[in-house]
Parts: sequence; C-alpha cells; structure tokens
Amino acid sequence: MEFFSKADLIGTLPLLVVFGCSLLLLLLDALFKDAKKLVFSVGIIGMLTAIGCSLYTFPLSATAFSDMVLVGGYASFFNILFLTIGIIVFLLSYSYLEKQHYHLKEFYTLIVISISGMMLMASSADLIIIFLGIEIMSVCFYVLAGYKRIKVEGNEAALKYFLLGAFATGFLLYGIALIYGTMGTTNLIRISQNFDAFSHPLYLAGWGLLLIGFSFKIAAVPFHMWAPDVYEGSLTTVTALMSTGGKAAAFSSFILAFSIPLSMHNEKLMMVIAILSAASMLIGNVFGLAQKNIKRMLAYSSIAHAGYMLVGLASGTKLGMDGIIFYLISYSLTNLGAFGIISIFEKENGGNLSYEDYAGLGSRKPILAALLSLCMFSLVGIPPFAGFIGKYYLFASAVQSNLTWLAIIGVMTSLVSTYYYLRIVVYMYFRESQQSELIFVPSLALASVVLVSIGIFIFGIFPSLILNVIQNLL
Amino acid sequence: MQFTFLNIGILTWLTFLPLVGMLCIFFLPQKKSQLAKWITLGCTTIQLLLATIIYIKFDRTLAGVNSIEGMQFKEIFPWISINSTEWFGKISIQYFLGIDGLSVPMILLTAIISFIAVLASWKIEKSVKGYFSLFLLLNTGMFGVFVALDFFLFFIFWELMLLPMYFLIGVWGGERREYAAVKFFLYTLFGSVLILLVMLALYFSVTVTDAITGEKMHTFNMLAMMNPQNFENNSLLFGLHTYWRYIAFIALFIGFAIKLPLFPFHTWLPDAHVEAPTAISVILAGILLKMGGYGLVRIALPIFPDAAIHYVYPIAFLGFINIVYGALCAMAQKDFKKLIAYSSVSHMGIVVLGIAALNTQGMVGAMLQMFNHGTITAMLFVIVGVLYDRTHTRQISEFGGLMNKMPKYSALVVIAFFASLGLPGLSGFISEAFSFLGAFQTHQWLTIASTSGIVLTAAYMLWTFQRVYLGTLPEKWNSLQDISKRELLMLVPLAIIIIFLGIYPTPMLELMNTSVNALVEMVKVK
Repeated sequence: MEFFSKADLIGTLPLLVVFGCSLLLLLLDALFKDAKKLVFSVGIIGMLTAIGCSLYTFPLSATAFSDMVLVGGYASFFNILFLTIGIIVFLLSYSYLEKQHYHLKEFYTLIVISISGMMLMASSADLIIIFLGIEIMSVCFYVLAGYKRIKVEGNEAALKYFLLGAFATGFLLYGIALIYGTMGTTNLIRISQNFDAFSHPLYLAGWGLLLIGFSFKIAAVPFHMWAPDVYEGSLTTVTALMSTGGKAAAFSSFILAFSIPLSMHNEKLMMVIAILSAASMLIGNVFGLAQKNIKRMLAYSSIAHAGYMLVGLASGTKLGMDGIIFYLISYSLTNLGAFGIISIFEKENGGNLSYEDYAGLGSRKPILAALLSLCMFSLVGIPPFAGFIGKYYLFASAVQSNLTWLAIIGVMTSLVSTYYYLRIVVYMYFRESQQSELIFVPSLALASVVLVSIGIFIFGIFPSLILNVIQNLL
Repeated sequence: MQFTFLNIGILTWLTFLPLVGMLCIFFLPQKKSQLAKWITLGCTTIQLLLATIIYIKFDRTLAGVNSIEGMQFKEIFPWISINSTEWFGKISIQYFLGIDGLSVPMILLTAIISFIAVLASWKIEKSVKGYFSLFLLLNTGMFGVFVALDFFLFFIFWELMLLPMYFLIGVWGGERREYAAVKFFLYTLFGSVLILLVMLALYFSVTVTDAITGEKMHTFNMLAMMNPQNFENNSLLFGLHTYWRYIAFIALFIGFAIKLPLFPFHTWLPDAHVEAPTAISVILAGILLKMGGYGLVRIALPIFPDAAIHYVYPIAFLGFINIVYGALCAMAQKDFKKLIAYSSVSHMGIVVLGIAALNTQGMVGAMLQMFNHGTITAMLFVIVGVLYDRTHTRQISEFGGLMNKMPKYSALVVIAFFASLGLPGLSGFISEAFSFLGAFQTHQWLTIASTSGIVLTAAYMLWTFQRVYLGTLPEKWNSLQDISKRELLMLVPLAIIIIFLGIYPTPMLELMNTSVNALVEMVKVK
C-alpha cells in the first residue's frame, strides 16, 4: 500500500525544505563548536529556498497526504509571509543577540522549527494538523520566551506562557475530541460545511473550546493575560516573531476553521466573535494608554489589533477575510519594523525601553526615528500607510454585514490608540535628549527595517498589488 | 478642457509638484540646506503660475457640482482596482481629479497663501530641510483635497495634511507646542473617523454600472453619490429623510465642523494657533479652516440635501453662536495671536450662516467669505508675526503707540483690521453682506442677532488697534525697526487683493456663480 504519492511530496515541498533545514541546523549545531555564522547563513538559505518552493507551489490547489495538508494558494501565500518574517527576525537578531550576550546558535534552530509549525498551521486541512502545527510553534516559543534565563523576567515570561499555553492547548485538544466524538471525523472541510446541520450540545461545546484555544493564541480578550508579560520578558526579536508570525499563524488556521461556519450567517457565532473583538479593541487600547514600557505598550496594541482583525472574522464575508489577510501582512511588517527599531535602540541588559529614553531620538538618529514614526502612523491607521487600507477593509466588512456598531467601536478605539502611538513620536521629536551615548546601528538590522518600511509604504499606496492576489486565495 | 505637460494633467502637476520638491530637498547635502527655502519658493511660484493658468482658462459657464461633464481639467484613472468574485462585482477606487466653481477659488487661495507662507518661513533656522519637506507635503495634501472628486482620494489627502501639520506645530512651535500638536491631531482625527464611517456607508449604498463591462459595482465617485437614483433599494442610506441619512449627515457635518471649527468643537484652534510658528498659523487659518467649509458644500450638502434642509436651523444657530461667541472670546484675550484666532472662529461662523441660508446669495457670500477670510486672516497673522519677531512677546498690554515708530507697517495694519471688521470698500464687507443678505431670507431673527457680531468685531478690533498702535510708545520699544522688504512682499499683495475685491468683486463672483446656482438648485429640489 502506498502511503503517499509524488504529488504529495511536490505539493508540500516548502514544508519539507523547512523541516529538512531545521534538522540540518541541529546537526550543524552538534558537529561544529562555534558555528553561529554557519547556522545563521544556512538558516537564511534554507528559508529563501522554501520561499522559492512556495512560489513554485503557489498555482497548485489541492490537498496532500489523504486530505490532511493543504497545498498551494492559501498555504503557499502564508508560507511566504512566515518565511519572510523569519528571515527578517534572523537579520535583526544577529547583532542584537551579540549585544545582549545571549548569542547561542540554538536560537536560530528554534526559530526555524517554530516557523515550520506556523507553516503547518496555515496548511491544515484537518484539526489534527492544526493541533500539530500549534504545538510545534508553541513549544519553540516557550523556550524562546525564556531565553533570558538568568533574568527573573525571562523566567516569568517562559513559565507564564508555558502554563497558560498548556491550558489553551488542553482546551483546543478537548474541543477537537468533542467534535470528533460527535461528527466522527476531524476533516476540516467536512466539519465546517456541516456546521449548521449539527446541534448536539457536545458538538457546540467542542466549537466553543476550539474558539477559546484560538483566542488564546491570538491574544484576544479575555484570553490575553499572558501577552504583556511575555512580550516584555522575552528578547525583543523574539517578541517580534511572536507578535507577527505567531499571531499570523494563529489567524491563518482560525480562518480555515471558522470562515465557512461564519459565512453561513450563524447569528450566535457572529455575536460571540463580535463581542471578543469589541472587548479586545477596548481593553487593548485603553490599557495601552497606561503603559510606560514600550514593549508592554506594543503588547496591548497587539491585543487591540487582534480585535481589529476579529472584526473581519465576525463579518463572515469574503471582504472581511481578505481584509484580515491584508491586515496580517501590514501589521506584521509594521510590528517587525517597530520591534526591529526598538531592538536596535535597546541597551544591553534591557535598558532604553521607556518613553523617556526615546526623547530626542529625532535629532540623534533621524532615520531610525523617522522609520519608527512611520510604523506608529501605520499602526494608528493613517493614510497613505498600509495600516489604513487594512483597517479600512475590516471596518468596511463590518458595515457590509450590518455590524456597524462594531465598526464604530473600532474607529473610536483606534482614535484612543492614537494617543499612545503618538506619544513615542512626541518624545522622539518634541523633547530634548538626556543621553549622549552613541547608538550603534548594525547594517543588517537597518537594512531589514528599511525594507519593511518600504513595504508598508508601497502596500499603502498600491494595495491592489497584493489585494488582487489575496482575493483569489479563499 | 485639458492642459497637459509630459502627458500629465495640470491638476496632477499642481498637486504633486511639491512632492518632487520634497525629493529634491531629501537629497540636498546638509551644508546646502539653505537651498531648501529656494526649492520651496520655486515650487510655490510654479503653483501660483499654474493656478493663474487655471484662473484664465477656466470656463465660467460650466456648473460642475454633480455633473461630470461640467467638471473641468478632469483626470480619471483607475487606482485601486480589484476584480472580485463577490456579488457586487469589482472594487474600484479612482484617481479622479476635476474642478468646478466651488474649487477654483480655493485653489487660488491655496496658491497665494502657500506662497506667502514660504516667505513667512524664511527666518526658520531649526532643521531647515525637515521644515520645508513637511511644508511641501502639507501643500500636496491641501491641493489634493480641493481637486479630488473621488471620496476615497479626498479622504487620503484630508488625512495626509494631518501628519505634516502635527510635526510643524509640534517641532517648530512655541512653549506648549506638544499639547497643542496632540490636541490638534486628536480633534482632527476624531472628525476624520466620522467622515470615514460615512464614506463606508455611502460606498455600500451606491451602485453604478460600469460603462465598459456593464458590471454593477460600488463606487466612491462623489458625483455618483449625489444622484439619488444610484442608491440601491433597501441599502442603509437609500431614500430621503430617513433616520440613517440624518445620522450620516450629522456625522459628516461634525467631521467638517471640527476643521471649520464650529462651536463646540473649536477649542483646538486657539491652542494650535498660539503655539504654531507664524507661517503655519497663516496656513492653518488661511487654508485648513476653509477645508471644513469646502467639505460642507462639496460633499455634505449635495449628497444629503434632504438632511441638510432638515437640520438647516440648528446649523444656522451654530453659525450664530460662532459669530457672537467667537467675537466675545476675542474681546477677552490678552494675547494678540489668540485674539486673531478667536476672530477666525467668529468669521467662520459667517460662512456657516451663509451656507445655512441655502440660497444663492448666502452661498456665494459664504464661498467669498472663505476666500476673503483666508486673505485677511493670513495678513493679520503675518502682522502679529512681524511684531513677535521683533519683540518676542504677544501680550497686548506691553505695546502702545507703534504707529509712530513703524508707519509703513501700521498703514498695512489699518487695511487688515478694517477689512476684518467689514468696512465697506474692503473685501470683508462684500462677503459678509452677501452672507447676511442670504441668511436674512431664511433665518430672519438669527441673522438680526448675528449682526451684533459685526458690532462686537468692530469693538475688539478698534480696541486692539488703539491699545497696540495708538497711545504712547513704551520706552523699551524705542529701537523697533519698520518692516523689511521681505515682509512687505508678504503683506502688500494681500492688501492689494483685499482692496481690489472690496471695490470690484466680480472676477471672483463670476468664478463661482454658475456652480453655486447649480448647487442651490440641487438642494432646493429636495
């Protein structure tokens, strides 16, 4: 009996390349003593190859391994996003880890493995694959979150993330079990298409638990408690990966699982997600106002952004789904830019993270300050940056599905958010600096930040470039 | 009619020329940063020429407003176009520029004021390159707002102004600049999100048929939104005099009223003005405030004529409050610049009252008042700036008897002050008279009450004049210099415009008459 065909292998080529790459990195790790540069460059080459493979598989549209894994289109698109995020995080990390004295080569291996998990999440056609992907990603994140192992906050972050994450995984798995118990299958398409046909209480409970699991991973209120501490306690580049790749991956499988049930106009489900969304936007943005640490502020901002994206999910329309995908791209680019600049600016031992430290950056480092402002304006959602088009799409989908109240909460809370995003800009440009130390700007990190900013700009002015691709995905 | 250069239309040149200038400034070496001033001056001079060409070639018999044939110097290209599989066909956002009698006066005003503002910024020393780059970006946003006919594009330009303005106040401003900049930003953004929501609701309510493919599609085209037949049955904003249409109109109105600024949304203005550098105050009062009024006549009125008629009395009432309250506040000020800022609030009230008249006289008065107030206030802010540059204070009580010390300057001050208080023979009088004339037909008692504003204006203007320019000169100002040639170059052209339009306003009236008539007809039918 044949377990898989050649087509399966070709279709999942990007995944296989990344898996292979991570194994190779582990080997290199074991064989060579001081192989940082080697691991770093092999990792980047591996991911670039995987991007090439994803481009190659993009036109395909099928499933592989007996309907377990999605191939081409949606999966390839997200693969490219995750791999790009991975490469940028690599580029940011090299000098940052050196500066923070945490430069260990396992770091890169862990990132590549976590990215393979993300890719699996976006290519899941089966609940089991979702679970597998989430676990691969999360276990790496638990380790990465605790990377500052001699610091209290590093341990706090890891432990908190691990305990709460384990609970969330438990919920998710229990949900999968209940759905399997009532439906007799774990195939995503078959389950979601029959969403309305079943009304067994255990079945609905299964969906509810699934929802909780996902809400935890995207840090939606009330399952957001871990985010600020973990974001603050982790190394900045790890935070960048968690807040962009981790969130995008969770959303990619969230959409796969929930878009069909939601498109059936199930009022109750719509309402539950709308309430999650409204709560995330309100809590995220209001708490964001009170933060003094920039990483914590961005953590609350990421909670709020999960809320914005849930607006699109709640609407259940195609416009909403396209909106989420576009938003994920713009949000990922923006957050990578912001965390990248923060990591360049951060002192060793984690200094320079409060608003006061950013005073006068506008005159000390004009380019960095300008790019950080650009990221902040994109997060606020001001044209002509990508964040505006994304928000516009999401709120438009809400208006289209008669969720106007949600769109109103959305725009009003993003108005509130303006205050804390602008605060950085105010400090950078309107206040005088108290510090006179030189800031060293590593060229690799600067290049990646500039690249990301160009992306924010181009997708803001010519969104059709990417929207025309996105809207053929689902 | 179309004028192109390098296959690019005149309106695009007008709007995006500053961005070209901005790029040049970016690549300027640090040593030659002073060149940035000349580049900016060059850009605004070319814009002034382009605006003159538009003024000469503009066909005064075409109405525009809601007819695409009546729009002149049109440029239409697809911008964001997505072929969707959804039921509503494709999503398309156009790069649609065009002008009619409502926009031409504003374009002239923007070109003139920008030119003056560059001259007023000549003494800027703090990071010159940054200042003039932002100035040019702001300029693009301003022209864009006045030429865009696609709502989405309009909104992009509307928001585009926000960023440079924020930095210009926040970095180059006075002591409390941080507070003023953030307040300005938050107030304006609040208005913007309201406009954004209405824009979304309109988008999903309006359907047009694609001329080429015959597909049905939603559109952001403002002209299509003005046609009630394009509203889809049972859509949110379908019909006339519905609950949702009223709400949408109010949201849109508040969005524009904040910019105008209308009581009770005016409090950002005095702060922003006091903290902003002179040139930015000039632009703020001369052009940005006009965008609120322009938005009302370009978007709110033609798209929601039913709601406008329904709320015409409250709107006129707000105009009345603005006139009287602004004047009273101005009278109580100790700071010269804040006084001018409140006088702006008062004068913009006249614009609102004129628009609320919903007849030709009132509307023409309002449009003319926007132009005139732009020139007069710009002059007043330059006047304050000239004084501040020399003395570094704006407290009215510290001055007195400047007339003897600075005779040339004081002569120009006299023109600006009297134009502001509406002396016949100067431009302010014509537009105020028209506005009140129109408003009197619709809101008799409110207009009578509002005319008290004229008396109050005369009172605070004359009182200020007496306190600053008459009486005895304090000894510390014995060495004050009269104004320089650069300052004369700013003030004299404005004074000429003010006097000319006061004696012979026809050129300006001709420009807008046809369009305003068409607009009034549109609103009346409902």
